[in-house]
Amino acid sequence: MNGGPFGGLTPVPVLALGDILLVTLQGELHDGTAEQLQEDITHRIAQGNASGVVIDISGVEIIDSFLGRILAEIASTARLLAARTVVAGMRPAVAITLAELGLTLPGLHTALNTERAMDLLASPRSPVQKGT
Amino acid sequence: MMQVSPDTATTSLPIGSDADLAWVRQRVRQTAAELGFGLVQQTKLVTAASELARNTLVHGGGGHLEITPLTTGPNRGLRLTFLDTGPGIRDIEQAMTDGFTTGGGLGLGLSGAKRLVNEFDFDSRPGEGTTVTIAAWVSGLPSPRAGAG
Repeated sequence: MNGGPFGGLTPVPVLALGDILLVTLQGELHDGTAEQLQEDITHRIAQGNASGVVIDISGVEIIDSFLGRILAEIASTARLLAARTVVAGMRPAVAITLAELGLTLPGLHTALNTERAMDLLASPRSPVQKGT
Repeated sequence: MMQVSPDTATTSLPIGSDADLAWVRQRVRQTAAELGFGLVQQTKLVTAASELARNTLVHGGGGHLEITPLTTGPNRGLRLTFLDTGPGIRDIEQAMTDGFTTGGGLGLGLSGAKRLVNEFDFDSRPGEGTTVTIAAWVSGLPSPRAGAG
């Protein structure tokens, strides 16, 4: 849980593993927390040596158009700052819902889990880089 | 639509902050799970509720949600009514169009929410407010996908 319904806004930790930033989203995410995360990641990329961002969403039960937009914006901002973003571990029910919602998020790169996301970013000829 | 007698237990939740949005999602999921909705249906319903509750908050200036379990014969369902007393929506057809937005989102709120549920009803009067009602049935017929290309 990231802040309860009555809790304050606890920021989402951004971990650095080598030159990859790893973010794990869990449970309920308040709009304000998501916007804060977007800023935190952007600053971390701009300041540090991060060349990639992995966002693990395996603990996220729903993605609505707001959170979808935040994820897409994190990826586009990272790209402008020369870093690549992979969203990992989307639950099947979330994928079905996003497709039906019409929110297919082109341009957002995905992997089935965090390990594959790391591999994708480590690969020199990564399709992520080509924007496919 | 929805000519069924609702169960007596209607729950009302305020929508006035993004913490309320989180609470709305939790309560809708909990109620849907108790009624026997499967995981994918729960996820669609909670997602639709999140879109509509955010509309209520952002465009309607806040309001409230009524959660009503429904029963017709063996069928169980859930009705969600989002009410606000905000400025209302002038052009409903335009508001229902994919991609139309005044709020900085992706413009999928109304049209997207409609695709995720079985029933959708919309009433808005300029200057008076907006009421959006959705309903979904446990393992019901597939959503009509109105508005889907």
